[in-house]
Amino acid sequence: MKLDSIYKEEKKSAFAKLSEIIITMASRPSGLIGLSILVFHIILAFISPYIAPHDFKAIDPTLMLQAPSAQYWFGTDDLGRDVFTRTILGGRTALTITFFGSLIALLWGGLLGIFCGLVGGKIDDVVMRIVDAFLSIPWILAMLLIVSLLGTSTEVLIPALGFFYGKGIVRVARAATHDVIAKDFIVSARARGHSNFSIIWNEIIPNVRDAILVEGAMRWSWMLLGFSSLSFLGFGVSPPTPDWGLMISNARGLMSFAYWAVIAPIVGLSSLIIGINLTADAFAKALGIDRSTKAPV
Amino acid sequence: MTDIIQKVKNLSIGFRSKKGDEILILKNISTNIKKGETVGIVGESGSGKSTLALAMMGYVKHGLYTIGGECQFNSLNLLKMKSKDLEKIRGRKIAMIPQNAGQALTPNLKIGYQIDEALQLHSDLDEKEREKKISELLNKVRLPSPETIALRYPHELSGGQQQRVAVAMALAGTPDLLLLDEPTTGLDVTTQAHVLELLNFIAKDTGTSMVYVSHDLGAIAQVSDRIIVMYSGEIVLEGPSRDILKRPIHPYTHGLLKSIPKLSLAGLPESMPGSQPQPGTIQSGCSFFDRCNFSDDNCKNNSPQLEFLKDLNTSVRCFNYEKLVNESQASQTINKIKNKSQDKEILNLSEVSISYAKQKLLDQIFNRISDDNPTVKDININIKKGETIALVGESGSGKSTILKSIAGLLRTKDGLIRFDENRNLSSDLKERDPNDLRIIQLIFQNPDESLNPNHTVEEIIAQPLKLYFGLKGEELKKNIIDLLQKVRLGEFYTSRYPRQLSGGEKQRVAVARAFAAKPDIILCDEVTSALDVSVQAAVLNLLQQLKEDFGTTYIFVSHDLAVVRAISDRVAVLYQGRLCEVGPSNDVYKFPSHPYTEVLLGAVLEPDPDIKPKLVAEDIVEERPPEKGCSFQGRCSRIIGDICKKEIPPWQLTDSGNAIRCHIPIKELQKEQF
Ligand SMILES: Nc1ncnc2c1ncn2[C@@H]1O[C@H](COP(=O)(O)OP(=O)(O)OP(=O)(O)O)[C@@H](O)[C@H]1O
Ligand code: SF4
Ligand code: SF4
Ligand SMILES: [Mg+2]
Repeated sequence: MKLDSIYKEEKKSAFAKLSEIIITMASRPSGLIGLSILVFHIILAFISPYIAPHDFKAIDPTLMLQAPSAQYWFGTDDLGRDVFTRTILGGRTALTITFFGSLIALLWGGLLGIFCGLVGGKIDDVVMRIVDAFLSIPWILAMLLIVSLLGTSTEVLIPALGFFYGKGIVRVARAATHDVIAKDFIVSARARGHSNFSIIWNEIIPNVRDAILVEGAMRWSWMLLGFSSLSFLGFGVSPPTPDWGLMISNARGLMSFAYWAVIAPIVGLSSLIIGINLTADAFAKALGIDRSTKAPV
Repeated sequence: MTDIIQKVKNLSIGFRSKKGDEILILKNISTNIKKGETVGIVGESGSGKSTLALAMMGYVKHGLYTIGGECQFNSLNLLKMKSKDLEKIRGRKIAMIPQNAGQALTPNLKIGYQIDEALQLHSDLDEKEREKKISELLNKVRLPSPETIALRYPHELSGGQQQRVAVAMALAGTPDLLLLDEPTTGLDVTTQAHVLELLNFIAKDTGTSMVYVSHDLGAIAQVSDRIIVMYSGEIVLEGPSRDILKRPIHPYTHGLLKSIPKLSLAGLPESMPGSQPQPGTIQSGCSFFDRCNFSDDNCKNNSPQLEFLKDLNTSVRCFNYEKLVNESQASQTINKIKNKSQDKEILNLSEVSISYAKQKLLDQIFNRISDDNPTVKDININIKKGETIALVGESGSGKSTILKSIAGLLRTKDGLIRFDENRNLSSDLKERDPNDLRIIQLIFQNPDESLNPNHTVEEIIAQPLKLYFGLKGEELKKNIIDLLQKVRLGEFYTSRYPRQLSGGEKQRVAVARAFAAKPDIILCDEVTSALDVSVQAAVLNLLQQLKEDFGTTYIFVSHDLAVVRAISDRVAVLYQGRLCEVGPSNDVYKFPSHPYTEVLLGAVLEPDPDIKPKLVAEDIVEERPPEKGCSFQGRCSRIIGDICKKEIPPWQLTDSGNAIRCHIPIKELQKEQF
């Protein structure tokens, strides 16, 4: 029975499972592209300070708006700073802040969603109303209010972004919990008299985890776009720290004669967003979750 | 030959595995469907029967592809046709009724509108003619007052009526060939019998050829002229219906028929070992080899071919069919049940009522339940230690509801649940102590849903062991393996996930988990109805064996009266949450019985062409139990007037100790209706 092995798998370690998921993701062209872009950006974020050819904040009025050359590959900006150096450094802050922001979003969104799915009834209704109410506020206005009151430090941005992008996760986690909770294995655990904690931890979380993680990955790319918009408006990263959103905003007015200063950060930002998006999609497919059935935004 | 309507020739369909191997789902199938003939295709899940039926309308499921062969309909090869040309045939010349077709009706469109859509698509009638045709079709599928039905929405019809509408829609294009995939699976017993009778009528009336796909030989036996038995992607037996059922000359069919419980036989049927191999796992030899009782060395190495036996008018795929030619099905051996049920009472339900009604604020505040007409009412049952008592009734009769309250999952409105003669059990989980929870365990219908897909078999069985006995390490492992062996699964199953198990194996794991708690009572809710027939007998036998070893008491819920007959000592018949009849199973299955029991017994489908269902009452679905009088008054064919509508009938005892709740005196009931 040679083909028997198709139907039999052994219990795998977490590491083996993860590597299997990554291999499945990479086996699709779109997944491979997404993963490569994401990995490229992450590596770049780590090594860019060491490989940057120039000082990112060195202002040199004599070098203003130079076209790309052998020395300044992507040219220079309006203050004479090297665009290449600033571009490879420009994703670090955004990546870090949104990564931790997504973790926070996952945590509170996931937990609240599971809680609502579990208790159901009136409490669920009320909580979901509140969440819906928040969903209807234009988030950018709320963010602007928060940063203008509390400043733009990392300690403010991470939880604030995490809060706003967690709302969608609440919905997904709640729906997934709802589906699982009707299954007989939950009834069976309740009838045996397991504690609520044990039921949540052993029976529910393993079955809703995947859907929540996928949603979190998706939110990450949106958060990145949101954060860059904040920077663009001048509420994200403060100068002279290089940041794509900021760079785009600065160089925008000069686009007609110094296109290089704006194209490089745009490519950087959009490739990262596309990379995360494709990765999240491949992740969902590898886990066997059909995202098309999930509610949009 | 012109009277052949569909010709399947050397058809092979398969898929490519992740590793690139070609795996066959259908292996070289050839058969002909004649004009006006009803052919039953029977096989267990995964045998390829639906794939074959779909191919007959030129459809190959996504992920599968045709490897070779053809399906000819009117000398057109459907599998090679363009989808535009196929559209002209599907729905018109060939129609299909898929499983759950009734439930698949669009919920927000009126019945008449939906049939009209089908007519517009599949016929060339103008509006006037279509209008006439709609009521004609509704009439044909025997729906009461077609004019009003046409104006209703699907949810305003019962399951059986929805299924009738689906049949009407399939007939819209006056097809020459009607493909039915499990058209009655999931319907209530009584409804099922009615729908089958309708199909028989339509086959005769319109002369349409039908291909009827089902796992249920009982249903197949009622409709088919010819039967095709499939196993593991091959036709293993094909011939006239009567011959196949009376003299099954293939070992698989032989075993299958033996493993089906019959109404006429008390005791457990013989079980067939093992399960069907997964596609792609057979390398050489007969695919039935490891389950076969008639095999020899030849079978192991050589694959038998389908052989046509002229004098029997049957095709069979077996080297040793001759051994079976003289053996008849009558030699069914039955494992007699020997229950040591004691006189000691283990569980007593007295005056139990359960309500699902939403409670008013005042009642919520006082934490009480008020409902004059609760879902379940006045249940009195005394269950003895070591017995198996069955609760039977149609869907919605409250069987599961009663089990839930016994398990503490649903608060009762009134009444007491007493354990072991002196311990009152609360119907609220929170008020039960761990030991109260341990003594009662549940096994569910659908093993796919009752096992956490993210836990291994080991983790699943460990749960009660850890929870109730605090077992750890070596001792835990030893106990798990011990339990696995008790349910006849080996140690190597420990690290498997539920998705890597067959249905029967999953159910065994669920059984092991229930027994891990060392319970006194196990509640079994339709535990075999999601299983293949050949596996069902094995699970029933296992349950019986475990019960003999451990002295457990079973409360067994099922809609299948033959299964109930096989396993239970006593039966309680429920209608609309009210008891109709309680007694030893031998007596309940004999006259006299309650008019409702008669209806249930009459609707049982037996795999025997000589036993036809007797349809006594209409298959109406009642939403709520009546406020007054007998719960069965709405459907009773023996109703004797006002008394039934006003007064709750009294319990009457028969000589054998069978209790029947009806206004008709026992002596009268004794007179058979037929
Ligand atoms: N959670 C619920 N809320 C309201 N009504 C319910 C609920 N569960 C069941 N019911 C109703 O209670 C009645 C009894 O249902 P129950 O599930 O006990 O029937 P059953 O005999 O087990 O049927 P089946 O054979 O379909 O499993 C039905 O009318 C059903 O519609
Ligand atoms: S060929 Fe052999 S193994 Fe196969 S069914 Fe016949 S007797 Fe059994
Ligand atoms: S009491 Fe009347 S309605 Fe009820 S079962 Fe008997 S005859 Fe029928
Ligand atoms: Mg039920």
